[in-house]
Amino acid sequence: MAHTAVAHGDNYLNHSHGMMSWLKTLDHKRIGLMYLFTVLGYFLIGGLFALLIRLELMFPGQTLIDPNTYNKVFTYHGAIMVFMVIIPAIPAALGNFVLPMMLGAKDVAFPRLNLASYYIYVFGALFATSALFFGGADTGWTFYTPYSIRTSGAVISVIFGAFIMGFSSILTGLNFIVTIHKLRAPGLSWARLPLFIWASYATSIIQILATPVLAITLLLLIFERVFQVGIFDPKIGGDPVLFQHFFWFYSHPAVYIMILPPMGVISEVIPVFSRKPIFGYKAIAYSSFGIALIAFVVWGHHLFVSGQGELANFVFSLLTMLVAVPTGVKVFSWVGTMYKGSIRLNAPMLYALGFLQLFTIGGLTGVFLATLAIDVHLTDTYFVIAHFHYVMVGGALMGLLAGMHYWFPKMTGKMYLEKGARISFWWILAGFNITFFPQFIVGAQGMPRRYHDYLPEFSTLNLLSTVGSWFLAIGFFWAAINLWRSLKLGEKAGDNPWNALTLEWQSPSPPPHENFLVEPVVTTWPYEYKAEAGLTPVRPW
Amino acid sequence: MSFGVRQFRVEMKMKTMSNKSRSGLMSAAMMAILLSAGAAFANTPGLPIRATEVATQWDALYNFLVGLSVFFFILVVGAMLYFVKEYRAKPGVKTKYIADHHLLEGLWTFIPFVLLMVIFVWGYAVYDKMISAPSNAMEIRVIGKQWLWQFQYDDGRSTINEVYVPVNQPVKLVMTSTDVLHSFFIPNFRVKQDVVPGMYSSVWFEATVPGKHQVFCTEYCGAAHSQMLAQVIALDSEDWENWKRGKKILAEGIRKAGEAAAVQSDKTVASAAAAIPATHPQLTLVEQGKAQFQAKGCIACHTPDGSSRGGMGPTLKGVFGSHSEMINGAKVVADENYIRESIENPTAKIKKGFNPVMPTFKGQVSATEMNALIAYIKSLK
Amino acid sequence: MSSTHITTGGYQHAHHYKSAGDEFEASKQGMWLFMVTEVLMFGGLFVAYTMFRAMYPEMFHEASKHLAVNLGLTNTIILITSSLTMVLAVIASQKGQKGRILLHLGLTFLLSCGFLVVKYFEYSGKIHHGILPGGLFTNTEITHPKAPLFFSLYYVMTGIHAFHVIVGMGLMVWLAVRTMRNEFSPAFYTPVELVGFYWHFVDMVWIFLFPLMYLVG
Repeated sequence: MAHTAVAHGDNYLNHSHGMMSWLKTLDHKRIGLMYLFTVLGYFLIGGLFALLIRLELMFPGQTLIDPNTYNKVFTYHGAIMVFMVIIPAIPAALGNFVLPMMLGAKDVAFPRLNLASYYIYVFGALFATSALFFGGADTGWTFYTPYSIRTSGAVISVIFGAFIMGFSSILTGLNFIVTIHKLRAPGLSWARLPLFIWASYATSIIQILATPVLAITLLLLIFERVFQVGIFDPKIGGDPVLFQHFFWFYSHPAVYIMILPPMGVISEVIPVFSRKPIFGYKAIAYSSFGIALIAFVVWGHHLFVSGQGELANFVFSLLTMLVAVPTGVKVFSWVGTMYKGSIRLNAPMLYALGFLQLFTIGGLTGVFLATLAIDVHLTDTYFVIAHFHYVMVGGALMGLLAGMHYWFPKMTGKMYLEKGARISFWWILAGFNITFFPQFIVGAQGMPRRYHDYLPEFSTLNLLSTVGSWFLAIGFFWAAINLWRSLKLGEKAGDNPWNALTLEWQSPSPPPHENFLVEPVVTTWPYEYKAEAGLTPVRPW
Repeated sequence: MSFGVRQFRVEMKMKTMSNKSRSGLMSAAMMAILLSAGAAFANTPGLPIRATEVATQWDALYNFLVGLSVFFFILVVGAMLYFVKEYRAKPGVKTKYIADHHLLEGLWTFIPFVLLMVIFVWGYAVYDKMISAPSNAMEIRVIGKQWLWQFQYDDGRSTINEVYVPVNQPVKLVMTSTDVLHSFFIPNFRVKQDVVPGMYSSVWFEATVPGKHQVFCTEYCGAAHSQMLAQVIALDSEDWENWKRGKKILAEGIRKAGEAAAVQSDKTVASAAAAIPATHPQLTLVEQGKAQFQAKGCIACHTPDGSSRGGMGPTLKGVFGSHSEMINGAKVVADENYIRESIENPTAKIKKGFNPVMPTFKGQVSATEMNALIAYIKSLK
Repeated sequence: MSSTHITTGGYQHAHHYKSAGDEFEASKQGMWLFMVTEVLMFGGLFVAYTMFRAMYPEMFHEASKHLAVNLGLTNTIILITSSLTMVLAVIASQKGQKGRILLHLGLTFLLSCGFLVVKYFEYSGKIHHGILPGGLFTNTEITHPKAPLFFSLYYVMTGIHAFHVIVGMGLMVWLAVRTMRNEFSPAFYTPVELVGFYWHFVDMVWIFLFPLMYLVG
């Protein structure tokens, strides 16, 4: 495009200088990067806790840490990875950077609120982390009552931290919905929205509808500990199963806050690197909403053995089955997109294909757990651990890595180093499968989750899983170091190194302060890969 | 035998180890095929032994799901890998501009939907069997507490971390917790049920294989969660008779059963023989309940024989399992949870025709006494 | 009170909007979404209420009798009146009548103070009789063993509502300051309108709370 010459000039990185210009920025791109760095920082901490868990479980008996410490470690691993890493990772970090640009907007609808969301998130995260220094918490990230009411330690800090971070999530979701409604470029009709936008929209709806229920649940839990309100405490006449209902009413939809955005990333990456329109645009867009909708009525599948009753189990199992339909539609459509394409295996595409492999396993094992009888045996075993790691790490983190590599040239103006990116991908993929596939087997054999110690029968698979976790760690470090080196050594990226058709690539790399030099006008959908098929394309912008 | 088949596990580990990078996909699929092929064996490879009829049905469904998953995994990832190979960017080769295909999309919406409904119905059918205890099931009461399992039998005995049951006889465990959530999980039987403070839940099984069957606590309950283990000791009829008589010979019965078990876990908290003498009381559970019924003064207002005590409290004869109407018109079935509530919170539900005059016994009846009282009330037919 | 017409006229909308009208519409939509969030949050509490009430109807009946209906009714009237004064403040802001904005914000603020004072007397009366939430409950007149749960719900629900009232009062002070700085005009009165939304929502929650808590007896 014609802007390449101007790209040397003013951009969002050099628009203003100094620490304060970042801390007080209202620029969604800078806020996105600040989220990204915070999220990655917490990912490092959460990851170290994960390695510690695996080290302890390397051999039966006490290997490294005592049970009380272990219980705190898995609580922190879970809480950090869920609340501080995966929930904000793609929506708040990549979403902030990309979403307004994809819409052709100069910023999000409420830039000040956006910055406030970031600080609320940081404050909540620090608050929760501070508990580490005041005795920690050993409730597990699910905070089940009455254990979470009785146990000692800084439980309130963790709960209150999660409560605060919830507001950040709500405000980000609200901001994005209004942005999508009100700030689309001329010609960008609903039917022309990139699928990442559709995914973010569906995610935002979940964020504003489900998170407040978590907020009130956590608040009630704090009141339990402070004022003994007893709503969840059987000693005072309350109902611990009610807590589980409340908790999962949020936390199940939250799973889709974690997986819909990476699905959006994959929906962008696969067509770009296959040089073909996304297969079944409408089906993918609708399926995001289908998933978001069903997400609200399946929480009870976490309670199949809680004693919630046979009728509830019947209904929740049936509804949960339905989630697999739109999910399957997405997976088939992605694979279909590659058919008769012209595939380039750059790192974003590799990560997207890795996502497909891991997410397929995560999704299929989800059907096991949705099946009533099967879940009775498998629930609360390592099978469940393996399942949700395949979905959350295999899905969400692979999506995040795909997105980080895909948009790296846009964010930094430099290309990442391809070779290192590919090597790190293979380490991560191999490490991941070695770590988590054995957990399906050991889970089906009956090893319960949250165990500090296990029977000798489970030794070999646990050892294997621990070794796999080191491969995984090497992969992540490799990817991080590679991206860091790319900042210095990477070639200069053009405006549109991938030759992609969404609006963010129309702007210089890195983009100027107000995103576009000329206000974009959209003339067709963003998957118009006709030139590659020998047809005459309509220019999308 | 207590828990899975060891050799197979070793074999599988080798399989998993051997594939590190991209071939991980294929070998994962192969492993899944191995698992589903296991249906032909007496026990399913990769799963704990099948020690109940329910477990056999569970394995059939599980194997079906594994087979189906392998199929879809190969379909998706296979197609993906094939496309990557076949449609790699080559200079001069054009793509095909395909944006959708309605028939295909219809099919891959409809076929999975039908399959999922089949899975759902099958899953529900097995589940229904799993939770419907036969009426002749022998009842044992279970109390979970941090961090042990206590079992109370009809004859009044109680054991810790070991529960003795006869084979080929349905057994129903009626469970509660005195502190936090626990969950009672017997992998060999494929059943699990949360144990919740303040209410009774139950799980049933009919063991078909004598021997020791591992029990895990599967709801996180604190520091010694992973040590909250127990064993279901399924005895054949001869040993069961011995155990009932509380004879020394029992230990031999265990030993006999134990021989069948390939591995005896060193984590067994109490040795079987040691558990017996200490917990062989004079009275059966119903007799203990009867004693409590008099000692706690229940008998002052409630008759056990169907006669009326001058409008004081309803008689308890035949009350267990009966349906009765409350003063607010609600219909209530008198089950364990109802009786416990009526003792601890008598005014919560008032039977039609009576007044809310009973004092609460909350905090005055221990969990074991409660179980005895319920057993006694249940016996008043 | 003189109703000076504020003529700032020079209101500059944020750079990323095409017009002040677009900006206003966006802000309104954002506020509606926030209200949805609030509804879901209180919704959780109402679900808990409904569940326990279905389990123990007589208990709710008995415990509810110990709430002071006349105080609750007074507060209902106070809040409805304050909704009216809030509407008047919004109308004044649309017309740019600075004095009237301040007057009606002031009245709304005073009415909210009144609400809190009544609430204080209600709470202290209960606490005096040992009617405290859940495990802290010491009252002996109320016989139903599950009654503490009702008061837990009562304190939590009315307490969170009262917290919203206090937040609303803070917002009114903020609006008053901005009004005095002549920041509002017929061209820009978004904050007043949005706080108005918020205030009606707070009012509406109470309209549900009052019968559910005080009038079930």
